[in-house]
Amino acid sequence: MNVHDIRRQFPILDQEVNGKPLVYLDSSATSQKPIQVIETVEKYYKEINSNVHRGVHTLGTRATDAYEGAREKVRKFINAKSTQEVIFTRGTTTALNTVAASYAAANLNAGDEIVITYMEHHSNIIPWQQVARRTGAVLKYIPLQEDGTISLDDVQATVTANTRVVSVMQVSNVLGVINPVKEIARIAHENGAIMVVDGAQSAPHMKIDVQDLDCDFLAFSGHKMCAPTGIGVLYGKKHLLEKMEPIEFGGEMIDFVHLQESTWKELPWKFEAGTPIIAGAIGLGAAIDFLNEIGLDNIAQHEHKLAAYALEKMSSVPGMAIYGPLDAAKRAGLVTFNISDVHPHDVATVLDAEGIAVRAGHHCAQPLMKWLKASATARASFYLYNTEDDIDKLVEGLVKTKEYFSDVF
Amino acid sequence: MSSNLDALYRQVIMDHYKKPRNRGLLEDGSHTINMNNPTCGDRIQLTFKVEDGIVKDVRFEGEGCSISMSSASMMTQAIKGKKVEEAIKLSKIFSDMIQGKDYDEDIDLGDIEALQGVSKFPARIKCATLAWKAMEKGLTEEDQQ
Repeated sequence: MNVHDIRRQFPILDQEVNGKPLVYLDSSATSQKPIQVIETVEKYYKEINSNVHRGVHTLGTRATDAYEGAREKVRKFINAKSTQEVIFTRGTTTALNTVAASYAAANLNAGDEIVITYMEHHSNIIPWQQVARRTGAVLKYIPLQEDGTISLDDVQATVTANTRVVSVMQVSNVLGVINPVKEIARIAHENGAIMVVDGAQSAPHMKIDVQDLDCDFLAFSGHKMCAPTGIGVLYGKKHLLEKMEPIEFGGEMIDFVHLQESTWKELPWKFEAGTPIIAGAIGLGAAIDFLNEIGLDNIAQHEHKLAAYALEKMSSVPGMAIYGPLDAAKRAGLVTFNISDVHPHDVATVLDAEGIAVRAGHHCAQPLMKWLKASATARASFYLYNTEDDIDKLVEGLVKTKEYFSDVF
Repeated sequence: MSSNLDALYRQVIMDHYKKPRNRGLLEDGSHTINMNNPTCGDRIQLTFKVEDGIVKDVRFEGEGCSISMSSASMMTQAIKGKKVEEAIKLSKIFSDMIQGKDYDEDIDLGDIEALQGVSKFPARIKCATLAWKAMEKGLTEEDQQ
C-alpha cells in the first residue's frame, strides 16, 4: 500500500495549521474522509436525494436502492449472515444503548450480572449502569493486568452462571490493547450470557468476522472509518433481534397502526424509526469500498508498524510515560502518554502550535484513568494516511514541549 | 516556538503554576465549593473564610493544566481581603478579559493580566475560568446562607 497515494485522496490533509503542515494524529476521535466518500455524499444530494421505503417515484427507488445497497456492503464487511442483522444507528453509542435498553432491560432481573472491563469507554459503561439501576442487576468489572491487558483467568473468575451480559471493547481507545473478544465470547456463552462487542476502535482498523467471533451484538461508528459523522451500525444475531422490542417508535418502523396498538415491520427496519440517515449510510458504503480496495489487513499491518515505530521513538523522549503494553504485538495504532511535569493540555497546545493534532483529556474513560492514576493523558492515534514522518514530527514536537516548559522556569 | 505561545505561557503564569499561592484547604473555612470541567478532567476545590462580608481567607486544591492551576492561584491572591461583592465583580471583569471582550482597564488586575493571552486560545478559555466560576458560585451561595 502506497501511503503517499492514499494521502492525496484526503483533501483535508493538504493544509497548514498555525503556519505548519497539518500532522493529524487524532483518528481515534474521528478519522478524516477520502474524496470518494465526500463525492458519494455530494452526488447523493445532487442526483438522487429522496426519502426511502415510501414513494413510488424514481428518485425514491434510487435512494432506497443506494441505502439498502450500503446495508449489504456492511453485511459483507463484518460477514453477517443476513442484512436483517444489520441496523443503521447514529453511532456506537446509540447501538450500545439499544442493546441495553431493549435486550438487557427486558431480560435481566435482580441478582443477574452484567460484566464489563475497567478499560471501557463511557458509552459501554453508563448504559449498563442504567440497566442495573432499573432491573436490580449487578455491574461487575474484569480487572486489568499490570500492562493494561486482560487475562482470560480474570474473565473466567468474573463471569459466573448469574452473568447475562458480557460487553467488552475489542480495541481500547486509551491503552491501544487488542482484547481477545473471541475467547471472551466463548466464556460468556459457556455461562449462558450474551456477548456484546464494542467495535468503535477495531472496525476501522482490522478485519471483523462476526460469525467467527460468535458475538451476539457488535456496535461500531462510521465516522472513525472514513465515513461521515452520524452513522453507525448495530449488528445482532437474528434470533435475538427478533425477540427484542424497538426503543424508538414512529414512521418507517411499523407494519399496521390501529387506534390503540401497532405492529412492527420485519428486521432490520423495526429498529429504524423515522427517516433514516440516508446520506450517512451511503457514505459508509463508499467508505467500506475505499477500505476494501486498500485491504483491512494492509491497513492493520501499516498501523502496527507505525505503533511499533512510535513506541520506540517516543520512549527516547526524556520524562515520557507510555500507558498500555510496550510490546507492539499486543497493540493497535495509538499511543497514550504523559510527559513529566507538563500537563497533557499544555502538551496538546504546544503541539498544536506546531500543526500537530493530538487528543488530551480523560478520553471518555474515567474509570480507566483512575486505574492508571492519571487525571488526564495525551494520545496520538494513527490511521492509514499517517507516516513515520508524522511520528518524527510528533517526537520533535514533544522534545520541544519538554524544552519549552523547562526553559520558562 | 511561536510568539503566540509565549503570550500564553507568560513567566508569571509559570511562576504561579510551579509555586502556587494559597494552595491547600482551610480547616476553619466557612464554606467549600467543588467544581470540575467534565470535558477535560480538571477539578478544583475552594475553601473560604468569609467574615462580615469580607473574604478573610481562601485556599484552593485541585488538579489541572498550567493555565487552570495558575489562574486558581492568582484568583485566591486577588480576592483575599476583598469584599464579597468586589470579588464577584472581579470575576465578571476576568470573564470579559479572557473572552477578549472590552473591560474596565482602569482596574489594576496585577498578575491576572498575564492571562490575557489565553483569549487567543479558544480551547483553553475554560481552563482559565474554572477557578473563577467556582469562586463566584461559592461566594454567591455563601451570601444566600
